[in-house]
Amino acid sequence: MEIIALITGFALILIGLYGILSKKNIIKIIVGFSLFDTGLHVLIVTVGYIKGGTAPILDSVVGTTNVASKIVDPVPQALVLTAIVIGLGVTALMLAYALKMYQAKKSLDISDFKDMKW
Amino acid sequence: MIKNFFIIAILAGLAAIFVTLFWDFGDSETLTPLATHYATNGATEVGAPNLVTSIVVTYRGFDTLGEVTILFLVASIVSFFLKREKVQKEIAPKRETSEIILTAAKLLVPIVMLLGVYVFINGHLTPGGGFQGGAIIATAFVLLLMANPDFEINHKIIATVESVSGIAFVLIGVLGILLAGGFLDNKVLPLGTFGKIFSAGAIPLIYSFVGLKVGSELSNILSNLQGVQKEEM
Repeated sequence: MEIIALITGFALILIGLYGILSKKNIIKIIVGFSLFDTGLHVLIVTVGYIKGGTAPILDSVVGTTNVASKIVDPVPQALVLTAIVIGLGVTALMLAYALKMYQAKKSLDISDFKDMKW
Repeated sequence: MIKNFFIIAILAGLAAIFVTLFWDFGDSETLTPLATHYATNGATEVGAPNLVTSIVVTYRGFDTLGEVTILFLVASIVSFFLKREKVQKEIAPKRETSEIILTAAKLLVPIVMLLGVYVFINGHLTPGGGFQGGAIIATAFVLLLMANPDFEINHKIIATVESVSGIAFVLIGVLGILLAGGFLDNKVLPLGTFGKIFSAGAIPLIYSFVGLKVGSELSNILSNLQGVQKEEM
Protein backbone atom coordinates (compact mmCIF):
# COMPACT_ATOMS: atom_id res chain seq x y z
CA MET A 1 0.00 0.00 0.00
CA GLU A 2 2.57 2.54 1.08
CA ILE A 3 4.98 1.24 -1.58
CA ILE A 4 2.49 2.15 -4.33
CA ALA A 5 1.96 5.58 -2.78
CA LEU A 6 5.72 6.19 -2.44
CA ILE A 7 6.46 5.17 -6.04
CA THR A 8 3.57 7.34 -7.30
CA GLY A 9 4.76 10.33 -5.26
CA PHE A 10 8.41 10.09 -6.31
CA ALA A 11 7.43 9.49 -9.97
CA LEU A 12 5.08 12.49 -9.98
CA ILE A 13 7.82 14.72 -8.52
CA LEU A 14 10.33 13.56 -11.16
CA ILE A 15 7.84 13.99 -14.04
CA GLY A 16 6.91 17.44 -12.75
CA LEU A 17 10.55 18.53 -12.44
CA TYR A 18 11.25 17.20 -15.95
CA GLY A 19 8.35 19.29 -17.25
CA ILE A 20 9.54 22.41 -15.43
CA LEU A 21 13.11 22.08 -16.71
CA SER A 22 12.62 20.94 -20.31
CA LYS A 23 9.35 22.41 -21.62
CA LYS A 24 9.24 25.70 -23.51
CA ASN A 25 5.52 26.42 -23.23
CA ILE A 26 4.67 28.39 -20.07
CA ILE A 27 1.37 26.54 -19.58
CA LYS A 28 3.22 23.21 -19.69
CA ILE A 29 5.68 24.53 -17.08
CA ILE A 30 2.73 25.41 -14.83
CA VAL A 31 1.34 21.89 -15.33
CA GLY A 32 4.79 20.62 -14.27
CA PHE A 33 4.57 22.65 -11.06
CA SER A 34 1.12 21.19 -10.36
CA LEU A 35 2.44 17.63 -10.84
CA PHE A 36 5.37 18.35 -8.51
CA ASP A 37 2.89 19.67 -5.92
CA THR A 38 0.67 16.60 -6.17
CA GLY A 39 3.63 14.26 -5.77
CA LEU A 40 4.69 16.07 -2.60
CA HIS A 41 1.16 15.82 -1.19
CA VAL A 42 1.04 12.06 -1.85
CA LEU A 43 4.41 11.66 -0.09
CA ILE A 44 3.43 13.71 2.99
CA VAL A 45 0.21 11.72 3.43
CA THR A 46 2.19 8.46 3.03
CA VAL A 47 4.56 9.49 5.85
CA GLY A 48 1.55 9.60 8.19
CA TYR A 49 0.37 6.11 7.24
CA ILE A 50 0.16 3.57 10.07
CA LYS A 51 0.00 -0.10 9.14
CA GLY A 52 -3.64 -1.25 9.29
CA GLY A 53 -4.91 2.16 10.34
CA THR A 54 -8.14 3.68 9.11
CA ALA A 55 -9.21 7.27 8.38
CA PRO A 56 -8.94 9.58 11.44
CA ILE A 57 -12.70 10.01 11.83
CA LEU A 58 -14.25 8.80 15.08
CA ASP A 59 -17.43 7.28 13.62
CA SER A 60 -19.39 4.27 14.87
CA VAL A 61 -16.75 1.85 13.52
CA VAL A 62 -13.72 3.43 15.20
CA GLY A 63 -15.54 4.44 18.39
CA THR A 64 -14.08 6.82 20.96
CA THR A 65 -12.05 4.42 23.10
CA ASN A 66 -8.50 3.29 22.34
CA VAL A 67 -8.50 5.44 19.20
CA ALA A 68 -4.73 5.84 18.96
CA SER A 69 -4.19 2.23 17.86
CA LYS A 70 -6.81 2.28 15.09
CA ILE A 71 -6.25 5.42 13.00
CA VAL A 72 -3.56 6.86 10.75
CA ASP A 73 -1.73 10.06 11.69
CA PRO A 74 -4.11 13.05 11.17
CA VAL A 75 -1.37 15.73 11.41
CA PRO A 76 0.19 15.21 7.92
CA GLN A 77 -3.31 15.18 6.44
CA ALA A 78 -4.08 18.54 8.03
CA LEU A 79 -0.77 19.89 6.72
CA VAL A 80 -1.52 18.61 3.20
CA LEU A 81 -4.91 20.35 3.35
CA THR A 82 -3.01 23.60 3.91
CA ALA A 83 -0.47 22.73 1.21
CA ILE A 84 -3.19 22.04 -1.38
CA VAL A 85 -4.75 25.46 -0.79
CA ILE A 86 -1.37 27.20 -1.04
CA GLY A 87 -0.62 25.21 -4.21
CA LEU A 88 -3.90 26.38 -5.70
CA GLY A 89 -3.00 29.99 -4.89
CA VAL A 90 0.43 29.62 -6.49
CA THR A 91 -1.11 28.05 -9.61
CA ALA A 92 -3.67 30.86 -9.90
CA LEU A 93 -0.91 33.48 -9.65
CA MET A 94 1.24 31.69 -12.25
CA LEU A 95 -1.72 31.48 -14.64
CA ALA A 96 -2.42 35.20 -14.17
CA TYR A 97 1.23 36.02 -14.95
CA ALA A 98 1.12 33.72 -17.98
CA LEU A 99 -1.95 35.61 -19.26
CA LYS A 100 -0.17 38.93 -18.78
CA MET A 101 2.96 37.65 -20.52
CA TYR A 102 0.86 36.44 -23.43
CA GLN A 103 -0.80 39.86 -23.67
CA ALA A 104 2.61 41.55 -23.73
CA LYS A 105 4.28 39.49 -26.47
CA LYS A 106 1.50 37.33 -27.96
CA SER A 107 3.59 34.29 -27.25
CA LEU A 108 3.71 31.59 -24.59
CA ASP A 109 7.19 30.36 -25.52
CA ILE A 110 9.55 30.92 -22.60
CA SER A 111 12.51 31.55 -24.98
CA ASP A 112 10.76 34.68 -26.31
CA PHE A 113 11.14 36.33 -22.91
CA LYS A 114 14.80 37.28 -22.68
CA ASP A 115 14.45 40.80 -21.27
CA MET A 116 15.60 39.76 -17.82
CA LYS A 117 18.24 37.31 -19.00
CA TRP A 118 21.91 38.21 -18.78
CA MET B 1 22.66 19.49 -25.90
CA ILE B 2 24.53 20.64 -22.79
CA LYS B 3 21.19 21.79 -21.37
CA ASN B 4 19.65 18.35 -21.85
CA PHE B 5 22.65 16.83 -20.13
CA PHE B 6 22.13 19.08 -17.10
CA ILE B 7 18.43 18.22 -16.94
CA ILE B 8 19.19 14.50 -17.04
CA ALA B 9 21.92 14.93 -14.41
CA ILE B 10 19.59 16.79 -12.04
CA LEU B 11 16.79 14.26 -12.51
CA ALA B 12 19.19 11.33 -12.04
CA GLY B 13 20.59 12.88 -8.86
CA LEU B 14 17.12 13.43 -7.45
CA ALA B 15 16.10 9.89 -8.47
CA ALA B 16 19.15 8.50 -6.62
CA ILE B 17 18.11 10.42 -3.47
CA PHE B 18 14.56 9.12 -3.85
CA VAL B 19 15.74 5.51 -4.23
CA THR B 20 17.70 5.73 -0.95
CA LEU B 21 14.69 7.34 0.75
CA PHE B 22 12.48 4.59 -0.66
CA TRP B 23 14.67 1.76 0.68
CA ASP B 24 14.98 3.40 4.09
CA PHE B 25 11.24 3.91 4.43
CA GLY B 26 9.87 1.81 7.26
CA ASP B 27 6.15 1.99 7.82
CA SER B 28 5.27 3.20 11.29
CA GLU B 29 3.46 0.95 13.72
CA THR B 30 2.46 3.61 16.28
CA LEU B 31 1.41 7.24 16.16
CA THR B 32 3.75 10.07 17.10
CA PRO B 33 3.20 11.49 20.63
CA LEU B 34 1.51 14.59 19.20
CA ALA B 35 -0.91 12.56 17.09
CA THR B 36 -1.59 10.25 20.06
CA HIS B 37 -2.59 13.28 22.12
CA TYR B 38 -4.93 14.48 19.37
CA ALA B 39 -6.41 10.98 18.96
CA THR B 40 -7.03 10.30 22.65
CA ASN B 41 -8.12 13.78 23.77
CA GLY B 42 -9.61 15.15 20.55
CA ALA B 43 -13.09 13.80 21.23
CA THR B 44 -13.32 15.33 24.71
CA GLU B 45 -11.36 18.55 24.10
CA VAL B 46 -12.84 19.59 20.76
CA GLY B 47 -15.83 17.28 20.31
CA ALA B 48 -15.44 16.81 16.54
CA PRO B 49 -15.45 13.23 15.15
CA ASN B 50 -13.26 14.28 12.21
CA LEU B 51 -9.82 14.65 13.78
CA VAL B 52 -8.36 16.39 10.72
CA THR B 53 -11.01 19.09 11.11
CA SER B 54 -10.33 19.49 14.82
CA ILE B 55 -6.61 19.96 14.03
CA VAL B 56 -7.21 22.35 11.15
CA VAL B 57 -9.87 24.50 12.82
CA THR B 58 -9.03 24.38 16.53
CA TYR B 59 -5.58 23.02 17.42
CA ARG B 60 -3.99 24.81 14.47
CA GLY B 61 -6.70 27.39 13.91
CA PHE B 62 -4.21 30.22 13.63
CA ASP B 63 -2.57 28.35 10.75
CA THR B 64 -5.92 28.21 8.96
CA LEU B 65 -6.44 31.93 9.46
CA GLY B 66 -3.08 32.48 7.73
CA GLU B 67 -4.11 30.10 4.96
CA VAL B 68 -7.36 31.99 4.36
CA THR B 69 -5.35 35.23 4.33
CA ILE B 70 -3.02 33.83 1.65
CA LEU B 71 -6.00 32.84 -0.49
CA PHE B 72 -7.47 36.32 -0.01
CA LEU B 73 -4.15 37.88 -1.06
CA VAL B 74 -4.01 35.68 -4.16
CA ALA B 75 -7.56 36.67 -5.12
CA SER B 76 -6.82 40.37 -4.68
CA ILE B 77 -3.47 40.19 -6.53
CA VAL B 78 -5.10 38.35 -9.44
CA SER B 79 -7.95 40.86 -9.66
CA PHE B 80 -5.50 43.77 -9.39
CA PHE B 81 -3.18 42.23 -11.94
CA LEU B 82 -5.84 41.31 -14.48
CA LYS B 83 -7.76 44.54 -14.06
CA ARG B 84 -10.06 44.91 -17.01
CA GLU B 85 -9.67 47.97 -19.18
CA LYS B 86 -12.93 49.74 -19.82
CA VAL B 87 -12.49 49.62 -23.59
CA GLN B 88 -14.50 46.70 -24.92
CA LYS B 89 -13.12 45.41 -28.18
CA GLU B 90 -15.23 43.90 -30.92
CA ILE B 91 -15.97 40.38 -29.80
CA ALA B 92 -15.62 37.82 -32.54
CA PRO B 93 -18.65 35.57 -33.06
CA LYS B 94 -18.40 32.46 -30.97
CA ARG B 95 -19.50 28.93 -31.56
CA GLU B 96 -22.71 28.19 -29.71
CA THR B 97 -22.46 26.19 -26.51
CA SER B 98 -23.49 22.60 -27.00
CA GLU B 99 -26.94 21.53 -25.91
CA ILE B 100 -25.51 18.99 -23.46
CA ILE B 101 -23.54 21.56 -21.47
CA LEU B 102 -26.46 24.03 -21.45
CA THR B 103 -28.91 21.46 -20.09
CA ALA B 104 -26.37 20.02 -17.67
CA ALA B 105 -25.59 23.47 -16.30
CA LYS B 106 -29.28 24.24 -15.73
CA LEU B 107 -29.76 20.92 -13.99
CA LEU B 108 -26.54 20.63 -12.03
CA VAL B 109 -25.57 24.12 -10.84
CA PRO B 110 -28.06 24.24 -7.91
CA ILE B 111 -27.28 20.64 -6.92
CA VAL B 112 -23.51 21.24 -7.03
CA MET B 113 -23.88 24.35 -4.86
CA LEU B 114 -26.04 22.39 -2.41
CA LEU B 115 -23.39 19.67 -2.29
CA GLY B 116 -20.76 22.31 -1.49
CA VAL B 117 -22.85 23.68 1.37
CA TYR B 118 -23.45 20.12 2.62
CA VAL B 119 -19.72 19.38 2.56
CA PHE B 120 -18.72 22.43 4.60
CA ILE B 121 -21.58 22.22 7.12
CA ASN B 122 -20.73 18.55 7.82
CA GLY B 123 -16.99 19.27 7.91
CA HIS B 124 -16.67 18.18 11.54
CA LEU B 125 -18.50 14.86 11.00
CA THR B 126 -17.49 13.53 7.59
CA PRO B 127 -14.50 13.95 5.29
CA GLY B 128 -14.60 17.46 3.93
CA GLY B 129 -14.72 20.96 5.28
CA GLY B 130 -14.64 24.61 4.40
CA PHE B 131 -11.91 24.52 1.76
CA GLN B 132 -13.33 21.47 -0.01
CA GLY B 133 -16.89 22.85 0.10
CA GLY B 134 -15.70 26.22 -1.20
CA ALA B 135 -13.91 24.51 -4.09
CA ILE B 136 -17.09 22.57 -4.96
CA ILE B 137 -19.10 25.82 -4.99
CA ALA B 138 -16.51 27.33 -7.33
CA THR B 139 -16.91 24.38 -9.73
CA ALA B 140 -20.59 25.34 -10.05
CA PHE B 141 -19.37 28.73 -11.32
CA VAL B 142 -17.03 26.97 -13.77
CA LEU B 143 -20.03 25.09 -15.17
CA LEU B 144 -22.00 28.34 -15.45
CA LEU B 145 -19.11 30.05 -17.27
CA MET B 146 -18.72 27.10 -19.64
CA ALA B 147 -22.42 27.09 -20.49
CA ASN B 148 -22.62 30.84 -20.93
CA PRO B 149 -19.24 32.51 -21.60
CA ASP B 150 -20.80 35.98 -21.35
CA PHE B 151 -22.03 35.28 -17.84
CA GLU B 152 -20.94 38.01 -15.43
CA ILE B 153 -20.61 37.10 -11.78
CA ASN B 154 -21.99 39.89 -9.61
CA HIS B 155 -18.84 41.29 -8.01
CA LYS B 156 -20.70 43.26 -5.35
CA ILE B 157 -22.38 40.15 -3.92
CA ILE B 158 -19.13 38.18 -4.03
CA ALA B 159 -17.15 40.95 -2.34
CA THR B 160 -19.81 41.32 0.39
CA VAL B 161 -20.02 37.58 1.11
CA GLU B 162 -16.24 37.34 1.14
CA SER B 163 -15.58 40.25 3.52
CA VAL B 164 -18.49 39.46 5.87
CA SER B 165 -17.38 35.84 6.29
CA GLY B 166 -13.74 36.89 6.74
CA ILE B 167 -14.66 39.39 9.48
CA ALA B 168 -16.96 36.82 11.13
CA PHE B 169 -14.13 34.26 11.19
CA VAL B 170 -11.80 36.70 12.99
CA LEU B 171 -14.62 37.85 15.34
CA ILE B 172 -15.31 34.25 16.43
CA GLY B 173 -11.59 33.93 17.10
CA VAL B 174 -11.56 37.09 19.24
CA LEU B 175 -14.69 35.86 21.09
CA GLY B 176 -12.63 32.78 21.95
CA ILE B 177 -10.16 35.02 23.85
CA LEU B 178 -13.00 36.69 25.77
CA LEU B 179 -15.26 33.70 26.51
CA ALA B 180 -13.04 30.61 26.28
CA GLY B 181 -9.44 29.47 26.45
CA GLY B 182 -7.81 31.52 23.69
CA PHE B 183 -7.84 32.75 20.12
CA LEU B 184 -10.10 30.56 17.90
CA ASP B 185 -11.06 28.29 20.82
CA ASN B 186 -14.21 26.43 19.73
CA LYS B 187 -15.77 26.35 23.23
CA VAL B 188 -17.43 29.72 22.55
CA LEU B 189 -20.57 27.66 21.93
CA PRO B 190 -21.48 24.54 23.96
CA LEU B 191 -19.86 21.35 22.68
CA GLY B 192 -23.22 19.55 22.36
CA THR B 193 -23.74 15.85 21.67
CA PHE B 194 -20.74 14.13 20.08
CA GLY B 195 -21.48 13.26 16.44
CA LYS B 196 -24.52 15.52 15.94
CA ILE B 197 -24.53 18.33 13.37
CA PHE B 198 -24.86 21.12 15.96
CA SER B 199 -21.92 20.04 18.08
CA ALA B 200 -18.19 20.70 18.43
CA GLY B 201 -18.75 24.30 19.52
CA ALA B 202 -17.91 26.91 16.92
CA ILE B 203 -16.41 24.51 14.34
CA PRO B 204 -19.48 24.25 12.03
CA LEU B 205 -19.86 28.04 12.18
CA ILE B 206 -16.16 28.72 11.45
CA TYR B 207 -16.09 26.14 8.65
CA SER B 208 -19.25 27.60 7.08
CA PHE B 209 -17.62 31.03 6.99
CA VAL B 210 -14.40 29.54 5.60
CA GLY B 211 -16.43 27.71 2.95
CA LEU B 212 -18.30 30.85 1.87
CA LYS B 213 -15.06 32.83 1.82
CA VAL B 214 -13.12 30.25 -0.19
CA GLY B 215 -16.03 29.76 -2.60
CA SER B 216 -16.37 33.48 -3.29
CA GLU B 217 -12.60 33.99 -3.61
CA LEU B 218 -12.21 31.14 -6.10
CA SER B 219 -15.20 32.40 -8.11
CA ASN B 220 -13.59 35.84 -8.11
CA ILE B 221 -10.30 34.45 -9.48
CA LEU B 222 -12.23 32.49 -12.12
CA SER B 223 -14.26 35.48 -13.27
CA ASN B 224 -11.10 37.58 -13.55
CA LEU B 225 -9.36 34.97 -15.69
CA GLN B 226 -12.54 34.67 -17.78
CA GLY B 227 -12.73 38.46 -18.20
CA VAL B 228 -9.24 38.63 -19.70
CA GLN B 229 -10.03 35.76 -22.03
CA LYS B 230 -13.08 37.64 -23.27
CA GLU B 231 -10.86 40.58 -24.26
CA GLU B 232 -8.55 38.29 -26.23
CA MET B 233 -11.29 37.04 -28.52
